[in-house]
Amino acid sequence: MIIGKVSGEIYSTINHKFYDGKKLLIIDKITPTGSVTSGYLIAVDSVGAGVGETVLVIDEGNSARQVVDDSSAPIRSIIIGIIDDINIGN
Amino acid sequence: MLLGKIIGTVTPSLAYEGLQGVPFLLLQPLDKKLQPAGKPLVACDSTRMAGPDELVYYEGGREAALVLEPWFVPVDHTIIGIVDGVNLSEESNQ
Repeated sequence: MIIGKVSGEIYSTINHKFYDGKKLLIIDKITPTGSVTSGYLIAVDSVGAGVGETVLVIDEGNSARQVVDDSSAPIRSIIIGIIDDINIGN
Repeated sequence: MLLGKIIGTVTPSLAYEGLQGVPFLLLQPLDKKLQPAGKPLVACDSTRMAGPDELVYYEGGREAALVLEPWFVPVDHTIIGIVDGVNLSEESNQ
């Protein structure tokens, strides 16, 4: 899973029917210490995450399909959690 | 999924069965500030409506095939949707 920071949102009306009504958020990939990397991805929101929040993102198809409970959904990245705290070291 | 911009079309004379009639578009991958990032690639267009210079989001891997109908086709990038608007928060704009 990936730690990311929500940095924006995508609006789309013409898309595959699975994505109708889904919230698409732009996620900055960040390091566990919180520094922003150049990587980003667009993920479906399933927990009501907002811009600026640190989130946990699944970036693998089978797991994402389990989350949305649809075995033929064309989905790979989905937000499954909002991170409150990251504790590194002992 | 990542952002991309349509920069051209690719018209094959012969396509693998199951891919007839599927538009192939030349796509320039973008970074999140909508600047070109990486080499152009050819993607199938599941919306069949993406035109030149349009902003789209696309997916790779198995999900690229799952978007199409029939889905069991040899495809590794497919456009999932056309972007109407991108709303980036201020602090990420620096």
